[in-house]
This record gives sequence, structure tokens and C-alpha cells, in this order.
Amino acid sequence: MEGDITQMGQFIGAGLACVGMGGAAIGVGNVVGNFLSGALRNPSAAAGQTATMFIGIAFSEALGIFSFLVALLLMFAV
Amino acid sequence: MATDIQGAEKALELKFYPLDQFMVEPLFGDGPVGLFTVTNVTLWMALAVLATIGLLVLGTSGRATIPSRMQSVAELAYGFIRKMVEDVAGKDALPYFPYIFTLFIFILFSNFLGLIPGAFTTTSHIAVTAVLAMMVFLTVTVMGFVNNGAAFVGMFWVSSAPLALRPVLAVIEVISYFVRPVSHSIRLAGNMMAGHAVVKVFASFAPMILISTGIGILVTPMSIIAITAIYALEVLVSFIQAYVFTILTCVYLKDALSPHH
Repeated sequence: MEGDITQMGQFIGAGLACVGMGGAAIGVGNVVGNFLSGALRNPSAAAGQTATMFIGIAFSEALGIFSFLVALLLMFAV
Repeated sequence: MATDIQGAEKALELKFYPLDQFMVEPLFGDGPVGLFTVTNVTLWMALAVLATIGLLVLGTSGRATIPSRMQSVAELAYGFIRKMVEDVAGKDALPYFPYIFTLFIFILFSNFLGLIPGAFTTTSHIAVTAVLAMMVFLTVTVMGFVNNGAAFVGMFWVSSAPLALRPVLAVIEVISYFVRPVSHSIRLAGNMMAGHAVVKVFASFAPMILISTGIGILVTPMSIIAITAIYALEVLVSFIQAYVFTILTCVYLKDALSPHH
């Protein structure tokens, strides 16, 4: 047993911040899953919408990256 | 005897330094890093520029009717981004195509060069991506006001929403507009940093077989396979993040050119 309670708080906080990445995973999965189910219904329209899919992925993924950043800040910058 | 074994295990402990690869160090000597110090960031950025020149200037200098491999790669990249600009931002955005293509090629080469083992990933630093994102943000804002005048502010007033909701939406729109450069830069930097850190963590597990043969015989091959798999994923992510950065630039540019969406 070493370290102090501040360090423990940092580690617990960093771990909790990583829960946000799970949210981003759900979001990205939702986007791609819905895109795929739409694309299989109308494959001819799918090719024109891949750019939109990537925009959707990027927006939902950004929030996961934010939580990763919070975790990193807690680990190394606080 | 028992203490001897423990001492030997201590000496061969697994070491995890996943973020050491992102240290900015001077290239010559080891003085402090100032504004004009030549660092490893400078080196790898210069290499990205050289690689760009190699592909786009030297590769296409033949101007062959039947393109060589280099020339077809360069033409493919050019056509791909040009089509994307046209599709996403419209024909009005084509004057901005050189800027967008420059962004794409620079980020793509920085990402790919960073994947070379031992290389430095310049785009994993928020300082680098923030400059790129701020340039996009300033370009879009300035061009929005130049093209539309004061009507550009009308972008925040969502006229298709019910009247009661419009002030609330306006606040949200303004906030999301100013968060753009933040998320734009952190998305790229965070993705590159996270991917490289994951590879490094798996790499730190690889020498397990030197410490204990029992667990090591399972962990070492697994971590080597995992490094390979994550590396393949990183090649994909490098391309997709460069693509996403440019596609979002196009989306933002579209707002500046025709704010009424």
C-alpha cells in the first residue's frame, strides 16, 4: 500500500472518465448500424451517403475522445 | 532464496511508458526547447512535406498518358478529395480545393509517417492540430462574413424552428460554433495519441516471457498478435481521421458559403 488519497482519487477519476468511451462506442455503433440497415434496403443510394456516415461517426466519436482526454489529464496533468 | 527470486523479478519488471513516445526533444544536443529549436517535430513535419513533394511533384512530373504507379496514386488522391469537396460543400467551394487538399495530404502523410516504428507522430500533438483547426475556423469565419456580410450571423437563428425555441437554439448554435475548433483538433490528436499509446501498452506486455515462462508463453504471443492487429487498425484510422478532418472542413466551409441550411 503506497501513494496517498489524492493519487487514489486521480486513478478512480480516470477510470470513471473512461466510461464515457463506452458511450461513444454505443453512439458510433448506432450510426454505422443504422447506416448499414438503410444501405441494405436501398443499396443504390448508399454510396452517396458514406460521407454523411463519416460525419456522424466523427461527431459522436469526438465525445469519446473528450472523455479519453479527461482521463489523460487526470493521470498526467493534475 | 525466496528473496533472490523476488529481487530477480524486480529487475525484470514490466515497464509501461505509453506516452514517452510523444516527448518533444531537440534534435541536436539536449538544451531547452525554445521557439526556434529544431526538434523531432520539425524533422517529421519536414519529412511529411518531402513525402508530399515526392508523391505530387516528382510522381506526376512524367505527365504520362498511361500513368505510372506513383502518378495514379497522386491522381487518385486528387480526384478523391475533389469529388468530396464537390459533393459535400458544393461547386462554390471549388476555389478552396487547394487548401483542403493541402490539409488532407499533410495530415495523411503525418499520420502514415508516424506509423513507422520509432517515428514521431506530429499530429498526435494538440499544438499541431489546433493550429490546423484554428486556420480552418478563421478561414470559415472570415469567408462567411466576406461572402454574406452581416447575414452570416443569421446562421445562428434557426428560422425553421418554432419561434419560442429559437432563442434557446441560437445559444446552442453559438456555443457549438465556437466548440468546433476544439473538437476538430482534439478528434485528430486524440485518435492518433490513443492508437499509438495502445500499441505501446501491448508492446510493454510482450517481454512477459522473460519474467515468467508460465504466463509468458500465453501473454507474449497474444500481445504480439494484438500489436499486429492494432497496427492494421491504426493504418485504417490514420486514413479515416485525415478524411474526417477534411470532410468536416468542407462541412464548415459549406456553412460559410451558404449559411441558410
